[in-house]
Amino acid sequence: MKKEHSKPTIRDPWENLKEFTNARIALGSTGNAIPLNEVLQFKFAHAHSKDAITTELDVPMLKTEIESWGFPIWEVKSQASDRSEYLKRPDLGRKLDPESEVLLKKNTETFDIIFVLADGLSAGAVNQNALPLLQLLLPQLQGYSFGFVTATMARVALGDAIGSALNTKFVALFIGERPGLSSPESMGIYTTYAPKMGLTDERRNCISNIHENGLDHQQAASLVGYLVRQSFAKQISGVDIKINLKELLED
Amino acid sequence: MSYSDTIQQHVYSFPDLKSVLAKASPFRTGDALAGLAAESNMERVAAQFVLSEIALKDFLNVTIIPYEKDEVTRLIMDTHDAVAFQEISEFTVGDLRNWLLSHEVDSQKLAQIAKALTPEMVAAVSKLMRNQDLISVAQKCEVVTQFRNTIGKKGHLSVRLQPNHPTDDLHGIAASIVDGLLYGSGDAVIGINPVTDSVDIVGDQLKMMDEIRQRFDIPTQICVLCHLTTSLELLNKAPIDLVFQSIGGTEKTNASFGINLSMLQEAYDGALQLNRGTLGNNLMYFETGQGSSLSANAHWGVDQQTCEARAYAVARQFNPLLVNSVVGFIGPEYLYDGKQITRAGLEDHFCGKLMGLPMGMDVCYTNHAEADQDDMDNLLTLLGVAGCNFIMGVPGSDDVMLNYQSTSFHDALYVRKVLNKKSAPEFEKWLLNMGILDDVGNRLPIEPSHRLLKNL
Repeated sequence: MKKEHSKPTIRDPWENLKEFTNARIALGSTGNAIPLNEVLQFKFAHAHSKDAITTELDVPMLKTEIESWGFPIWEVKSQASDRSEYLKRPDLGRKLDPESEVLLKKNTETFDIIFVLADGLSAGAVNQNALPLLQLLLPQLQGYSFGFVTATMARVALGDAIGSALNTKFVALFIGERPGLSSPESMGIYTTYAPKMGLTDERRNCISNIHENGLDHQQAASLVGYLVRQSFAKQISGVDIKINLKELLED
Repeated sequence: MSYSDTIQQHVYSFPDLKSVLAKASPFRTGDALAGLAAESNMERVAAQFVLSEIALKDFLNVTIIPYEKDEVTRLIMDTHDAVAFQEISEFTVGDLRNWLLSHEVDSQKLAQIAKALTPEMVAAVSKLMRNQDLISVAQKCEVVTQFRNTIGKKGHLSVRLQPNHPTDDLHGIAASIVDGLLYGSGDAVIGINPVTDSVDIVGDQLKMMDEIRQRFDIPTQICVLCHLTTSLELLNKAPIDLVFQSIGGTEKTNASFGINLSMLQEAYDGALQLNRGTLGNNLMYFETGQGSSLSANAHWGVDQQTCEARAYAVARQFNPLLVNSVVGFIGPEYLYDGKQITRAGLEDHFCGKLMGLPMGMDVCYTNHAEADQDDMDNLLTLLGVAGCNFIMGVPGSDDVMLNYQSTSFHDALYVRKVLNKKSAPEFEKWLLNMGILDDVGNRLPIEPSHRLLKNL
């Protein structure tokens, strides 16, 4: 049996307060330092976040599945050539690579809604969450026509370039968000009515924090459905559409 | 006016002062993103040679952002102390660097010339200085401010207790406050970043914190880091000790934050009338950070470090209690890795101190930057040596609301211990009375019956 007094770390007698917050409180101490187990827990969470940034969008899997649903899907990339450039040059991540632009512009059919599945800063979040969410969302959107695009090295505003190249009315961009230690793989959805190059954030609506411990797929699907209906009714997106989140999620 | 120099038969020329400043800057991704960085390593050093020869007087004749178009430029020019400037008026930027490092220049001398220096002069000289130089000179500065305690005296290092919660839950926030206080943090301020910047939520947070402060008679100040307009609305409805605002170095940057100089003046005057300070009336709290002007598309072709120094001219107009750069928060497109964050942190601290500001630092990084806790340990230790007024204290370094990593309560104890620093004197006494620290600054074992745990 281990003797308690042989352990050099001191526990904090307020561990009960942890029930009120997920902040790292009552960690205990050894000298002035954080006990090793807590240090390693922190490093593991950071490692998870770092790894999330370099995961890749599973384009073959997404394509196969969406084609099996009977929808067209295009594969595009931004002008950022690798991860390091992507991180340093957000401007390039907002522009379509020329070949991708040609590919999209070849298409003559138009769609009401283009869903863009983009890697962003955590592709794993999109690999995990996009399809199950779409399965709940699409049945809510009877009467609209859809097309799909996978986009790599993508920033949010790449959706404007894609939407305008495909001449669509509405873009819903699913993208991996910046990983936090407590939410390393979180997806966000940005919606834009009448997308065109050069729009700024106030013209978009955003649903954030779609992950295991955040917004679930059903909640997110309800929100996107609501935004689609509002945007098509008012022919606008962004700050002029007010979301009453509480009311919507309680429905 | 253009500038040039010939080095080894190669002529390096620069069209104007702001391009010399930009190209002389140690490399960082934000200047490259803006298209302002030097094209080569040699061009960068050539720009530094050129900059070293530019007379300080030139900075009073050339504005890098037009006077008519930018109220920050007008503030800088109109408040320049020409009398104090006489002593250094014949210097070049290079002379200033050498003079600042000389033994004859001490704390008192540095305080005397603070207002003789424009932010552009200060940014310029910092670009010619190694990290060691930035530390040496900053360490000579002493900027002391007071509200309910005394912050910034030599040999002291204060901590902002940052008890953020992802849904603004008051119990969750209070739990982190108790944790921080029991680890000896909170003398700079107990300051919450709210998720929702609304009058009701911010008001409730202020009332909760003020109640804790009064119940335990804590010699410190509280703040919710909401928008200035929210504070103004709450002035007579909730206990406002400090008024917070993010600021930048150009009028357009400040417009992107929804403020201007007259709004800052109004908030400052309003808060002064509340008369809540017991020892002093420094009551503004400003946050800044390199890259904010580029991010707001409001940089006028001026490099991010010079824009940052210009924000300090805005800050010093309002006698703040606290100013800190949030150095690593902005992300890798502005400061890519631990090396760039470290350099920027030392520059910001140096520039702020030299301009007479009570400079602290949020030693921090995001997960997409190439940095980790080891880089933060390095920068924290360097800033401790440089005499930084305060740092952040976040439970276990992990801000669960803002999703980035800063320094922890434990980190504060570490840096105080290895550098023999103390809390603000009044707060130190409180920690002793509360049985949290002993008289050599070590933490005492906390019993479950401790007052802070029992009465909540």
